[in-house]
Amino acid sequence: MSLPHVNAVVIGAGAAGGIVAKELATAGMSVVLLERGQWQSFDDHDHDELISQRVTVLGNAFGPDNLRYRRVVRINDQWQQVLPSEGGYNNNAACVGGGTFSYGAMAWRFMEKDFKMRSTYGCPDGSSLDDWPVSYAELEPFYEEAEWEIGVSGDGSSNPFASPRRRQYPMPPFPYNHEAQILELAGRRVGFHPFPIPMLRNSVAWGGRSGCIRCRYCVGFACEVNAKCGSHNTVIPKALATGNCKLRTECVAKEILTDDRGRARGVTYFDAQRRLQVQTADLVVVSGSATESARLLLLSKSKLFPAGLGNRHDWVGRNLQGHAYTGAWGLFENQTYDDVGAGATIAICDFNHGNPGLRGGGMLANEFIRLPYLFSLNRSPDSPTWGKVHKDFQRRYFKQSIIIMGPVQEMPVFESRVELDPNVSDDWGIPVARISGHRHPHDAEIARFLASKAELWLKEAGAVQTWLRLPGTGVSGGQHQAGTCRMGNDPKTSVVNRFCQVHDVDNLFVVDGSVHVNNGGFNPVLTIMAIAYWASEYITKQWKGTQFK
Amino acid sequence: MKRKSSLSRRKFLQVSTAAAVSGNLLLSCARNRQPESMLTAHEKELVEAISDQIIPPDQDAGGKEAGVVNFIEIQLAGPYKRFQNDYRGGLARLEATAKALRQKSFLDLSFDQQTELLVILEGNQAPADIWGSGEAGKFFRMVRDHCMQGYYGSPRHGGNRNYVSWKMLNLDYPQVCGRNLT
Repeated sequence: MSLPHVNAVVIGAGAAGGIVAKELATAGMSVVLLERGQWQSFDDHDHDELISQRVTVLGNAFGPDNLRYRRVVRINDQWQQVLPSEGGYNNNAACVGGGTFSYGAMAWRFMEKDFKMRSTYGCPDGSSLDDWPVSYAELEPFYEEAEWEIGVSGDGSSNPFASPRRRQYPMPPFPYNHEAQILELAGRRVGFHPFPIPMLRNSVAWGGRSGCIRCRYCVGFACEVNAKCGSHNTVIPKALATGNCKLRTECVAKEILTDDRGRARGVTYFDAQRRLQVQTADLVVVSGSATESARLLLLSKSKLFPAGLGNRHDWVGRNLQGHAYTGAWGLFENQTYDDVGAGATIAICDFNHGNPGLRGGGMLANEFIRLPYLFSLNRSPDSPTWGKVHKDFQRRYFKQSIIIMGPVQEMPVFESRVELDPNVSDDWGIPVARISGHRHPHDAEIARFLASKAELWLKEAGAVQTWLRLPGTGVSGGQHQAGTCRMGNDPKTSVVNRFCQVHDVDNLFVVDGSVHVNNGGFNPVLTIMAIAYWASEYITKQWKGTQFK
Repeated sequence: MKRKSSLSRRKFLQVSTAAAVSGNLLLSCARNRQPESMLTAHEKELVEAISDQIIPPDQDAGGKEAGVVNFIEIQLAGPYKRFQNDYRGGLARLEATAKALRQKSFLDLSFDQQTELLVILEGNQAPADIWGSGEAGKFFRMVRDHCMQGYYGSPRHGGNRNYVSWKMLNLDYPQVCGRNLT
């Protein structure tokens, strides 16, 4: 059975897929947007820590579920099947809006040097570090578009290390919470340059939605007043309002179809009733995030593409990266916590670049607001993990602690990868993704360096005890997953070109974090959004010249 | 997956229609909300005792009073189904360990003796003929984590009775967003 032919099918209604669907539909193309998850609402989940994206022990509030999904992960030299609610799964949400429905919503632009890592620093042994085929200057207008269409609160002139911008943010920055006020003074005393974190969250009523009420939650939760800005409450409704875009939820993509000339023809998927459907289209856009986009390309094998689409040179699924998180904890004699969400309000970019002997670095920020169970898992190295002393610690320090953390700019590793598992299938009989690899040793060097700066900051702020929180060496992925369909000019060492177009299939695009050559020392979502606008402009221009017919 | 209920909407309609016909609607719904009893009375007492070790009672409620065992039972019938056998086997081994080392049930040990025994489990120092290698520590960490979840997580899952842990942390509840700032 075949559904009416459309101009474009977009797979995945997350940060990038929502933008592409809206841009294409606005340009007059007929679009089908497929999403394996559902529409979600705050009322379904409340502020429930144990199913939030921060904890997930009782399941993922925003999908995927434990009943139908599996992955296989290499842990301690063994392949292990893991559930979506377990950490090794490296989950990103599965719902309309994707990760943007429940994210922390930090709105970072990468810096100029993040796009030129190889030419700035050279490539370390054991890494596939490279320059992007697109520059910050080229992406700058598209960052601006993301900031103004999705909505960012911030102060565009407060970070002296930021790369140049033409236009301010649409909303004023969030004021500092109590711990950030403490950190601002201390930071300036030690010569840092702290500033308010730009956030994809309404600091004032904007875009027809209310301002943030600064509740105790935010990161990992749905917003109860719809003040968090994601694709689900901005671009996707706009796409649907054009009348040109159909969103189909609970649809699980199985394979991208190609014709005998090697062009993409459409996609097969299982609909909500588990019926296999065929959606043909003039062009196909894959926006499933780094793990699932790579998996779908690998699943799409044919005579012309025996190793999967875009995979002629074995680069699909390679260079999986995310962010090792590093930093420090500090305990204080006085209350530092004022119960004002989202907690994270202050950051520094003093150590993103120019660190002696290191390639890149990372930003540092105060942590999102504490959650009671999550806090119970964190103790100083000499402190017991249960019993009376543990309970006393919880009671005393829940409101007398500050945590500073930041993402390590990882060196990509070719061996860190997503493949298809030969044995395990999901509930639809589709082979699941399997994940293996490790972090580059350089990541640990950056982690130690940044953590020492975080500790210095806390000590200056008056911490009576501090300790470092350093990351492990296992493969990265998680909500910041990236890199598996690298963007590049050379088809032999990349999967897509600078416009996210698969090198040997000109009507197939991958638009999401998969194309990142490097994931920066920042939360990646605003860059994913900017790339989506950038690629969409190319697609719609090509479309008007009818390159895809 | 929606988490509102383990019943699908369609199933609920079927059940409630049938129940309405038999004039038994309320009873039927109430019964469906009860978890199956996952632990025996003795196993429940063991888990309660462990939960008071993990979060001992003092000026604030301990694990037992906070309903941690209730949380664990509900989860063992749902998301933690996969741990049912770990609980049954682990609790039996805990009892066997108490009898081997102290000639008593774990429940008859003093609070400090119970602590000592759990420290032995945590450090994988328990008799290998009872536990095998590494299993004691694994069991202990699983129960510890579940106790913490039951104590500090949302009361909607059956633990944290009367919001006891949130009160202990001086977190206002219910939170009137943006209004009960300190």
